[in-house]
Order: sequence, then C-alpha cells, then structure tokens
Amino acid sequence: MSVRPRLRVHRTGGPCLVQDAGRPGLAAIGVGRSGAADRASYALANRLVGNAPGAAALEVTLGGLVVEAVEATVWVAVTGAPVPLTVDGRDEPTGAVLALRPGRRLATGLPATGLRSYVAVRGGFGVPAVLGSRARDTMAGIGPALVAAGDLLPVGDEIADDIRVDAVPAQQYDDRPVLRVVRGPRDDWARDLGVLVGSTWTVAPDSDRVGVRLAGARIDLVDPDRQLPSEGALRGAIQVPPGGEPVVFGPDHPVTGGYPVVAVVVDEDTDRLAQLRPGEQVRFAFAQ
Amino acid sequence: MTPACLPYGDRALLLAVPDTAAVVRLLDALRADPALADLVEDLVPGARTVLVQARPGVTLGVLRERLAPDEIGVGEAEPGRERQVPGEEITVPVTYDGPDLAEVARLTGLTEDEVVSAHTGRPWRVAFGGFAPGFAYLVGGDPRLHVPRRETPRTRVPAGSVGLAGEFSGVYPRESPGGWQLIGRTDLPMWDLDRDPPALLAAGASVRFAVA
Repeated sequence: MSVRPRLRVHRTGGPCLVQDAGRPGLAAIGVGRSGAADRASYALANRLVGNAPGAAALEVTLGGLVVEAVEATVWVAVTGAPVPLTVDGRDEPTGAVLALRPGRRLATGLPATGLRSYVAVRGGFGVPAVLGSRARDTMAGIGPALVAAGDLLPVGDEIADDIRVDAVPAQQYDDRPVLRVVRGPRDDWARDLGVLVGSTWTVAPDSDRVGVRLAGARIDLVDPDRQLPSEGALRGAIQVPPGGEPVVFGPDHPVTGGYPVVAVVVDEDTDRLAQLRPGEQVRFAFAQ
Repeated sequence: MTPACLPYGDRALLLAVPDTAAVVRLLDALRADPALADLVEDLVPGARTVLVQARPGVTLGVLRERLAPDEIGVGEAEPGRERQVPGEEITVPVTYDGPDLAEVARLTGLTEDEVVSAHTGRPWRVAFGGFAPGFAYLVGGDPRLHVPRRETPRTRVPAGSVGLAGEFSGVYPRESPGGWQLIGRTDLPMWDLDRDPPALLAAGASVRFAVA
C-alpha cells in the first residue's frame, strides 16, 4: 500500500481556508451554502489535477502560503488570483500542474491582481467533513478550522480522472470590472436604483466572505424606518441598510436577512466579485 | 391565495405571501410537489416569503412555469390548520424564570402564570431559520404573546434561552447577542453537530413548550 501524502503548512498570509462546493439544501436548519468564493477558479484547480468535482482545496487570500509535501509526491495546481509561485525557490506558473516531491516547498507571493487563489492537490484535502462538506463557513462557524502554520493536511482520494492538461493561461483581472445585476426583489424600496448602476463603487476594507461592502455613493431608501420582515438571501444579493451603503452578499451570507435586497448580481459574475480587493473599484450594469 | 412571484437574480425567484402562516402552508405545498424536487436546489423560507433556488441547468422560465398559481395551491387559512402537522410534535421543556418574564406580563396585561399558560397552551410551528444554525422562528402560538423586541439588545444571551419577539417565539441555540424578550430557558440542545440532523427544529416542524 502506498503512503498517503500530506501537506505541512509552514506559513499563511491572509486568511487561508479549506473550501469545496459547499452545503446546498440546508436553509431549513439555518445553514447556508458557503463553499469556494470564486467557484470557477476552484473548479478549474480541481479539474487540472484530475479531482472529482467537490474535492476540497485551499482558498488563499492575498498569497503568503508556504507548504511542504510530506511522505510522498503531491500533484498541485494553483488558480484564481495570479500569485507569484515558487517551488524550492524556482519560479513556476499558476494554472499549471506541478509535482511537489517530499521535502519540497511551494510558496505563493502577493498576487498582482485579484484577491483569492485556489490550491488544489490531486486527491483533494481529506480533512473531516461537517454536514457533508469540507467548506469553512466563517459566519456559522462550521467546517474545518482556519488553516494555520504547523497544520499537517491529509491528502484524500477524490480522484476522478488522469491529469490531462499540463497548464492553462494564468488568470488576469481587469481594472474596475462591470458586474451584471438583475433588479429586484425590493427595487421599489430604493428612491433611485439608477444610483447603483450610475456610480463607481469602492470596495470597503471590512469586506469579507459574508459580504462585500461598497462605499462611494448612497442608495437612499424611500422610507428608511420601514422594516422588512426577514427573507431568504443568496450570494450576489445587494442589500441596502438604512445608511444607504450597499453590501453584496458573499458565500458565507446569513440564510435570511432583514434589509431590502434591491438587486442581485448575476450568478456567474459573483465569482469576479470574490476577486475584488479592498480599495478596488467596481461598477454595475443591468443585465440584458 | 396566490403568491406573488418576484425576481431574485438569474438563479432564483422570491414567492411573497401575506403572512407567516401562509409561508408555512406554501412551504408544505412546495415540498409536497414531486415535480419541483428535480428543479429546486433549496427552499429558503422567510417571514413573508419563500426563496426558490433553481438547480444548476434549470432555467427560471421553467421554474416560473412550474410555480404558476394554478400549479401551486397554498390554500386559504383554516382555523386550526397549523395544528395538522405531518410528523411528530417536539416537546421542549422550559424553566420559566427568564429575566423579561415580568416585562412580558406587563406588556401583555397577563400575569406571569398566564404568560406561561399561553406559551405552553398551543403548539407552535417552525416557520423559518437563519439567525444562526439551529435557530428556528416559531409561529402559530397564542396571539396575546405578541411583544416588541427589547429596546436595547443584550450583548450576551445564554444558549437555551427561550424568547418572544413580535409574532415569534424561539430558542437561542448558542450564546449570542440578542434582542428578544427572554421568558425562560431549556436544557434541550437546539444544535448538536454530533446529531443527525444537528438542528432539533427544522422548518415545518411542530413544537410544544412544556413546564419543566
């Protein structure tokens, strides 16, 4: 029997979380979906190393991660925010399948653009699942703990395919992206929804996986004192509190929310939303 | 009664109904529809709404058609209907010594004993969740118990606290901040990850409070 490899964590930079495709279907018990913030980049990393869809990967915020293969060779791919990548000091590209031999170290630097990178290993990370998922839900506090220096992460066996592609082009992110939105369900609560699509918004520093907070303009509500009975929420929902500065829900949003949702970002574009850094600018346009 | 269908991005629709009792009936109707199971990723009940999320590959057009008024009947309110609940009733034993019991008595014009009788006298139903894993918004209790939230929320409410707010009653699954009027406490764990399912009270469940 072959030895199952592990990955020793030597250092983390920004928050580093185990993520997968999340926990769908549990709203009735107050548990949200969670899962990778940039689902497309996460899925690409898994495909590159031949993993089954839904295998757990690492979501690395603004680089800074240093890991070492232990016991056996680990096949690894890094996608999402294009971090400068080295294996034992030698430069390697993102979007490529790399062999990390035992004792070798992979290090990720600060990405030139984007916020979150995904580190997939062939077999996925075999940490214990909670309610059928290995995603860390930062708001509900369930799933694997924050990855920290000293952790020894087991590599799992969620392999679906051979490694068929050596590399894909590294991701680049444009300045001031335009995200598509669908108006509603509570667009009539806003005095002028034109402010949403007519303004250039800045991503506030207290943005996280629960929500991206936007500054730079205010969406005034018709009646700021009117209370909305709690209603279900989704990632991409643009919620407007009485102060008028919108919050766009991320993967760890509350299952139900009490502020009006005036528009919802098109699902596909929520992956780009997850790559916005604090201080960056973003605009919105109505879909179609 | 026909739910209004509101847009919610490109992957979901929001069905709106007049009150929480209608949400409970709508959720029952949606869950009972076998054709919907293949189309729906998740149903998220709220106080006046049910958010219906499409499965990957299912277009909103298909979903909207299936949710058309003549396809989904939620029925009219019938007296006592909330009590006709499939499945068993969960009994929650409560020690009624909460810090807001006297205030609730004052607000409702009842004696403290009458508050307890009102809280235990009728079954409640879980309408929706979402404040925290395992937190259930219960409706259908005695309408005399409708009280506002506390003007100043507490920064720490102990796990197991039983509270009232508006038309709702609920039990805090873990220690958290909270603004509900606390009338008692239970030792029954609301949320336990070692249990399957971990939440004691899921949307749709029937609940009866009893004096511990």
